Amino acid sequence: MLRWLPESVSTFSGDIDALIRLIYYTVGAWFVLTFAVILIFLVRYRYRPGRRAVYLPGNTLAQSAWVLVPGLVVLLLDIGIDIYGERVWEAVKLHQPPAAVQVRVTGKQFAWEVLYPGPDGRFGTADDRQLNGELHVPVHQVVHVTLGAEDVIHSFFLPHLRLKQDALPGRQLTVWFEATVPGTYPLVCAELCGTGHTGMFGRLIVHTPEDYQAWVKAQWPSS
Amino acid sequence: MSETSGPQAAHAVHPAPQGFVRRYLFSTDHKVIAKQYLAIALFWAVVGGLSAFLIRWQLAWPGEPVIGSGLLPEAFWDGDSWLAQSLQYGSIPAEFYNKLFTMHGTIMVFFVAMPLLLGALGNFLIPLMVGARDMAFPRLNMLSVWTLAVASVILLISFFVPGGAAASGWTAYPPLSAVPELSEVNWGQNLWLIAVALEFASFLMGGINFLTTTVNLRAPGLSLFRLPIMVWFQCIAAVLFMLSVGPLIAGAVMLLLDRLAGTSFFIPSGGGEPLLWQHLFWFFGHPEVYVIMIPGMAAALEILPVFSRKPLFGYRLIVYATFAAGFLSFIVWAHHMFQSGMDPRLAMPFSITTILISVPFALMVFAMIATLWGGVIRFPTPMLFALGVLGVFIMGGLSGIFNGSAPADIYIHDTYFVVAHFHYTLFAATFFGGFAAIYYWFPKMFGRMLNDTLGKIHFWWTFIAFNATFLPMHLVGLGGMMRRIANPLNYDFLQPLQPLNVWISISAFVLMLGQLVFVVNFFWSLVAGRRAEANPWQANTLEWSTASPPPHHNFDTIPTVYRGPYEYSPPGVAEDWLPQHRPLVGGPAATA
Ligand code: HEM
Ligand SMILES: [Cu+2]
Repeated sequence: MLRWLPESVSTFSGDIDALIRLIYYTVGAWFVLTFAVILIFLVRYRYRPGRRAVYLPGNTLAQSAWVLVPGLVVLLLDIGIDIYGERVWEAVKLHQPPAAVQVRVTGKQFAWEVLYPGPDGRFGTADDRQLNGELHVPVHQVVHVTLGAEDVIHSFFLPHLRLKQDALPGRQLTVWFEATVPGTYPLVCAELCGTGHTGMFGRLIVHTPEDYQAWVKAQWPSS
Repeated sequence: MSETSGPQAAHAVHPAPQGFVRRYLFSTDHKVIAKQYLAIALFWAVVGGLSAFLIRWQLAWPGEPVIGSGLLPEAFWDGDSWLAQSLQYGSIPAEFYNKLFTMHGTIMVFFVAMPLLLGALGNFLIPLMVGARDMAFPRLNMLSVWTLAVASVILLISFFVPGGAAASGWTAYPPLSAVPELSEVNWGQNLWLIAVALEFASFLMGGINFLTTTVNLRAPGLSLFRLPIMVWFQCIAAVLFMLSVGPLIAGAVMLLLDRLAGTSFFIPSGGGEPLLWQHLFWFFGHPEVYVIMIPGMAAALEILPVFSRKPLFGYRLIVYATFAAGFLSFIVWAHHMFQSGMDPRLAMPFSITTILISVPFALMVFAMIATLWGGVIRFPTPMLFALGVLGVFIMGGLSGIFNGSAPADIYIHDTYFVVAHFHYTLFAATFFGGFAAIYYWFPKMFGRMLNDTLGKIHFWWTFIAFNATFLPMHLVGLGGMMRRIANPLNYDFLQPLQPLNVWISISAFVLMLGQLVFVVNFFWSLVAGRRAEANPWQANTLEWSTASPPPHHNFDTIPTVYRGPYEYSPPGVAEDWLPQHRPLVGGPAATA
């Protein structure tokens, strides 16, 4: 089942996949167990003439232990999943390492606008550069993306990097990622944003260091 | 409490009203009102199913003219009829696709699941199960079903106004839903808000009746812990609904004002806050899914003991677990908003409460399984569907753990994995639970049995086709396919998933086709089914102590209750059942 996940190409995508795998095996075990028990009971205790059912209301503590103890196991596994998950959430959404590259991405009906600050590293100056639907980043570098939206809510989704964050109008939010494999990946909108929602996508281009330098050179030739 | 004093006296035996209008249209009889809810639910199920058909058609063959559209002449498609405008030469444009899933979700949740599981089941069963002559407030009951009828008409009209029906999802997130220019929908969204608000009003009135009836009109001897689980769960659902819907009704009015009166509650350019809507919506929305889930589970919990000939395992435990789940459902809402831009530090607390909610539901599932142990199990159609609820709900509960984990949800949120998950839970409740209930209580409702062979065919067809449809949807979601997109082929990375999408769609069509078996069985049995005895399943609860169908006043004499509802195969009794109302001197069962 997990082989359906797209290739995993960011520093944290492996952690998210590992969490999904952990949950998958945990719930998979429960699935097999409960269905096996149900099927065995259904076959074993099917109607046969002359047999009388066991009178077992399950009202005493000793009897309820049959469901309370598995319930306790569920609780413990839940806590385990939460503790494991906490670390992953922390790494993706709470703790942001310092940025090597900063961009602003703005969702609008129905495109992603990508704004680079240029060589001076500051937004709102003459060397800013806006691209439509193309996000160029260097591999193995921390990228900060400051998300905003012009009209409605959009959602910035990079499936191969396992990163998703809604972009809200009237608010700026910063997410980060570090890509680990050069290549071109889809950047899509994951929140319904109107009639053109299904056509709202762009590309993430992860460059090797040399390619990235060449791309920067081509964008800002004077510097 | 005697027959002539106390609250029951208010419901002394009246003759049934004569004349079609008073008897079937403006009836105050809870049994007739339940049938009206059932009719509304089945009507909308057809519309909801048709919209699902078009959704799946488009996802399998994006842009292809819908099958059958070629039968209509070219001139028709050139015309400006509603159909020709909605479908462009038979194929589904993105604008219309957005309306389809918006209305599909709205219809299925508010106009199928609730009318069926609360309106029909709650209304029919609560008075019969508590031994009352009718609901506490029969006129209010009539008002609630008619309010739903008005809401239904408004929702139906919304399809046909200029600009068409709402298209911002069943969750109606602003600003998309707040500014007509942004969604290109004008009156459709206004009518959607009005219809949904009226629906809320309808079920609020219904809930008042459920609670008042259960509290005040119980038969002598029917203490709270002798109530059937169905009554408990209907009441818990009513409380959850009442406590959660208020903020959303306020939100709906605010959204309507944003659209019509120029306010900016949710529009940032005017200083508003879009996330406020999401909080209001999901503070209601999560309890709401339990409002549907709980009565669906209750149907299974009523049926399992009857066909296992065993007491329900851990009756009180199940009631307490459901209280716990209901309570927790008020502090999990932000799990729908992990990626929404709310403060990310809130995610883990909500993730913890969400995953914790699996514990009470797990207890319920274990109790259901324990009920089977040591039983004498038979498999008539109601039992098959009840087991279907159990199996399908286990799947839905397990896949929910992925969504509930905030970091896993970063990837899974708004993909088809979520769509698969919530269909496993909602379909389990609505259709497996709903069908289990219909097959089980049809004899009581209509006085005739449904055909069991057709019922079994219907079950296996539905069960297999359901899983063939929704199991692979998890994979499509893991593959990264977003929900609410009209054309997966637009995206290179989704191309490899297309064969799976075709498979899912074909399975969905097979699933829908299988429902014809039910339709035939339903109408055929209504007129020609075998006549039902009072208690065809040899069940214990009070509804089976009166005739099938019950007389207008339900019980010729109000029964006295001596024990809990699930005394199957009790020691000291020759039969393997012991009805709640049968007096028995001495013996352990009498004190249960
Ligand atoms: C014949 C059975 C059904 C099929 C084939 C089906 C199919 C679908 C599909 C494919 C979607 C996703 C559309 C999209 O995101 O583009 C969807 C959405 C949805 N379905 Fe169903 N469905 C069925 C029954 C139900 C039932 C019984 C319920 C609830 C009681 C339900 C509730 C919903 C809801 C709430 C949505 C979300 C709508 C939205 O995104 O705004 N569906 N359905
Ligand atoms: Cu929820």
